[in-house]
Amino acid sequence: MTEQNSTGISAETLIRLSAAQLAEKLAAGEVTAVQATQAYLDRIAAVDGQVNAFLHVNAEEALAVAAEVDAIRAAGGAEAESLHVLAGVPIAVKDLIVTIGQPTTAGSKILEGWHSPYDATVVERLRAAKMPILGKTNLDEFAMGSSTEHSAYGPTRNPWDLDRIPGGSGGGSAAAVAAFEAPLALGTDTGGSIRQPGAVTGTVGVKPTYGSVSRYGAIAMASSLDQIGPVTRTVLDSALLHQVIGGHDPRDSTSLPEPLADLVAAAKTGNVEGLRIGIIKELHGEGYQAGVENRFNDALELLKEAGAEIVEVSCPNFQYALGAYYLIMPSEASSNLAKFDGVRYGLRVLPEDGPMTIERVMGATRAAGFGDEVKRRIILGTYALSAGYYDAYYGSAQKVRTLVQRDFDAAFEQADVLISPTAPTTAFPLGEKLDDPLAMYLNDVATIPANLAGVPGLSLPGGLADEDGLPVGIQLLAPAREDARLYRVGAVLESLLEAKWGGPLLAQAPALGAESLETQEAK
Amino acid sequence: MSTDEILSFEEAMEKYDPVLGFEVHVELNTKTKMFSSAPNVFGDEPNTNVNEVDLGMPGVLPVVNKTAVESSIKIGLALNCKIAESCRFARKNYFYPDTPKNFQTSQYDEPIAYDGYLDIELEDGTVFRVEIERAHMEEDAGKLTHMGGATGRIQGADFSLVDYNRAGVPLVEIVTKPIEGAGSRAPELAKAYVAAIREIVKNLGVSDAKMERGNVRCDANVSLRPHGRERFGIRSETKNVNSLRAVEHAVRYEIQRHAAVLDSGNPVVQETRHWHEDTRTTTSGRPKSDADDYRYFPEPDLVPVVASREWVEELRATLPEPPAERRKRLKADWGYSDLEFRDVVNAGVLDEIEETIAAGASASVARKWWMGEIVGRAKAADVDPGQLGVEAATVVELSRMVEAGKINNKMASQVLDGVLAGEGTPEEIVEARGLAVVSDDGPLLEAIDAALAAQPGVADKIRAGKVQAVGAIVGGVMKATRGQADAGRVKELILEKLGVTA
Amino acid sequence: MAAINRDDVAHLARLAHIEMSAEELDRMAGELAVIVDSVKSVSEAAGDDVPATSHPIPLTNVFRDDVVGHTFTAEQALSGAPDSDDNRFKVPAILDEA
Repeated sequence: MTEQNSTGISAETLIRLSAAQLAEKLAAGEVTAVQATQAYLDRIAAVDGQVNAFLHVNAEEALAVAAEVDAIRAAGGAEAESLHVLAGVPIAVKDLIVTIGQPTTAGSKILEGWHSPYDATVVERLRAAKMPILGKTNLDEFAMGSSTEHSAYGPTRNPWDLDRIPGGSGGGSAAAVAAFEAPLALGTDTGGSIRQPGAVTGTVGVKPTYGSVSRYGAIAMASSLDQIGPVTRTVLDSALLHQVIGGHDPRDSTSLPEPLADLVAAAKTGNVEGLRIGIIKELHGEGYQAGVENRFNDALELLKEAGAEIVEVSCPNFQYALGAYYLIMPSEASSNLAKFDGVRYGLRVLPEDGPMTIERVMGATRAAGFGDEVKRRIILGTYALSAGYYDAYYGSAQKVRTLVQRDFDAAFEQADVLISPTAPTTAFPLGEKLDDPLAMYLNDVATIPANLAGVPGLSLPGGLADEDGLPVGIQLLAPAREDARLYRVGAVLESLLEAKWGGPLLAQAPALGAESLETQEAK
Repeated sequence: MSTDEILSFEEAMEKYDPVLGFEVHVELNTKTKMFSSAPNVFGDEPNTNVNEVDLGMPGVLPVVNKTAVESSIKIGLALNCKIAESCRFARKNYFYPDTPKNFQTSQYDEPIAYDGYLDIELEDGTVFRVEIERAHMEEDAGKLTHMGGATGRIQGADFSLVDYNRAGVPLVEIVTKPIEGAGSRAPELAKAYVAAIREIVKNLGVSDAKMERGNVRCDANVSLRPHGRERFGIRSETKNVNSLRAVEHAVRYEIQRHAAVLDSGNPVVQETRHWHEDTRTTTSGRPKSDADDYRYFPEPDLVPVVASREWVEELRATLPEPPAERRKRLKADWGYSDLEFRDVVNAGVLDEIEETIAAGASASVARKWWMGEIVGRAKAADVDPGQLGVEAATVVELSRMVEAGKINNKMASQVLDGVLAGEGTPEEIVEARGLAVVSDDGPLLEAIDAALAAQPGVADKIRAGKVQAVGAIVGGVMKATRGQADAGRVKELILEKLGVTA
Repeated sequence: MAAINRDDVAHLARLAHIEMSAEELDRMAGELAVIVDSVKSVSEAAGDDVPATSHPIPLTNVFRDDVVGHTFTAEQALSGAPDSDDNRFKVPAILDEA
């Protein structure tokens, strides 16, 4: 791993650069896109057998795009000048987002082997920016879960401790970035699926304002909650990636019409002086691990020292948010997942006995193609929407949504941004909550309110919990359409914390690869 | 097929009072689909007018076609409806292989248009007001073809093939309030109502309105109650009754069937019925059940449609002349008598006559052709006259040939048969069949001499001034020339020969 | 609010077109009962005067002009189909209707 390329940057160093740093070196000609892409592909080959972050790796396509970027740069001129700042910076894509030329499974058997004939809008934008797509990352089936254990293709493991979960549903994207298998990744966040994996893997994850990034081509779980966002190692990298994928898309009716703010500038000009930062009374304390609370309090101290005013706000209706979420999400999901029926694409399973009718083929296909958690949510959603229950369940949940929004409105009167731990605990051991859906759902208690209200949220590493040495996430929340504020504050907090740690938190993560495997076997 | 007992219509009417209701689906003729930019075109190769949205691929999202919304508002306005200031789409969840997402994007509790009415003129001029409950936007399903089995019908089929070209085509569903008080005119009203809807959407230019293509489809609800009772009986819903005549027949049949069921003391089953054009009966479909829990909820992938009053008024200003007013105008322009005009309207050939006049025929010639020749043929073929396939240009060409003396009316009628049999253009058929008026007076004069000689008494009568007796001689000449002579010219020559002025 | 039992789950599974074994129905009924119990507070949280929110960010009148865009060839359309015939998707017989 100490092999050096022509410019003297080792692959080991290369993969640990942030995307922004890599982009600078690419632009300066210190390293080529092919070298960078190859370094990541090598890293994937070396460690993904342990991490299982990727469901599919597309080396050929990624290297071809990288080579194209290198050729353009080498040729110079206007085309080289107009290359996107992230051109040649590789990226991994959550396998819920459709891509031409690579399979898209949504982590489900029901889509095994399916190739999308169209690209998601965000993928089109990655391609336009000439970012090599390394592959597709693992997830809980149809993004339903908080641990990536509900993937039909085996769980992803947390690079900090391979016996623990990497969070979910986007555990693959978070683990890939944390394990230096990719500098950047795309995730989707319906109730915390970007932020909670970010928290437990020591990475940065952003759920943009609902409508800030087009959902076209992200396989829908809950349409009114889903949002695609960046998964990165630094706040600036998230801003850079958000800037690539965000902005209006006429193919998504819920896409915000206005142009995206300059998020990169916000991340570069971080400042918290005089800023009011609101602690949400209901989102810390009881139910939160002590180590999580400690790191949260550290963050508050640092922000205060940097000139921010810390205020406490109350969002009393957040107590209903989890319940409302677990009615709205399955309701919408039950309808969104109806299309997987064995008629047009994907798996078709024939009933073992009895009449061979299409109804029974659909029933057998869905029985065999969906995992337990997906079935659970479909049945729950079908129940919540069914005649006689709609008002009590779905209708009431939509009202709670109004109450949650009102709580946010009131809170943002008193504070410019809100802050909380991202998740109540650090990464838990694989299998621990697999048989207890309710315990699993509680992981999302702090992230769900933002989805219900559509406001943006960012999770960044807040340090390691004293009791287990595992990463803790700090969540920042801003009013809708004020994503720039998250980057401004996030960048400050990140630099304060890194100054305290003497470098990025991920530098403290245990080594992976052959070496660590030996260590593990020795255990 | 049907083993249902039925009562005679008259007896049914004596005992029961029918209540009707209609759900008419109108396919809009937008260039693209309701929620995708794939073309809305009829009749293309299977699964070619589709993209990822129409196929319900993973990850796709709908975007509303603005023209479809405007067409829907226009329909609402033409039906005297209120236009919702804000309305939403909803998902109707049910599994069926012609429905790519296994839900239909429709409208549920917030239709774009509601509370309207339509005044329907019956054949004798009676006006009957039908109240419109709502008109809402939705999308069509794909097309299933049932293969194997004996009949090509769904029952007994081995498998089905699905073409999604029609999936996502914009539909407006127009729903009436219960229609009471039609009595024995219910079947006639049913036909007239659907005809009126068809006329309106065609007139608005928002639909091709071809029933034979399924552009306008009717589900007819029928229930009976004893005379004098307020409460409605249990209804049946006869699906996809797709011609005007079928609407009339289906309502009539269902009234007769319900009456027989009620007479036997049994309850009517609330169910879907299927109309069979061949036997003119309905058969039982699916009973309404708890499987009809459609779990409607607001479509989260779409945002509300807000129809500002300015927008509505802008659209109202573009509306064409309403059909009733148009009829008044056409009647005056064409100079038809009340009776002539009503016959034309009832025969359903108003548009055809208008097109024929526009193509160059006089009003009286156009009427003569459509009412005298084409309507009868349509009746014999059991189709609506417009569906027979007679082009306005054909009528004009035929009438010009007659006026030019090239063929006579009798021949023209034969030529029309030839056109309908697909033998070619009128010109080609005249040529091929050797139909031409004998215009050389020589052979005619010979035939006239012979006819006069054969009927000397008649010739004397004519000479004595009974000019109308000339018909007998003309008939003789026509017989002798096997119809090839121009009857008008024959008459002239006879009178000339006998020295009589007409 | 009514508890969710095995028959309810069987009915819901039929609506959702998911075949379930007897054991699965029993297990699902147990799990759903717990979940439903945990979310029931939601129905008492908001009064009648609180409007429902179906979209987090309110937008209206998002339309597309009526202009034809891309289409698939039949081959592309059918590329992922489990079964097809004559350029159409092939499905087993349909039980329903008559």
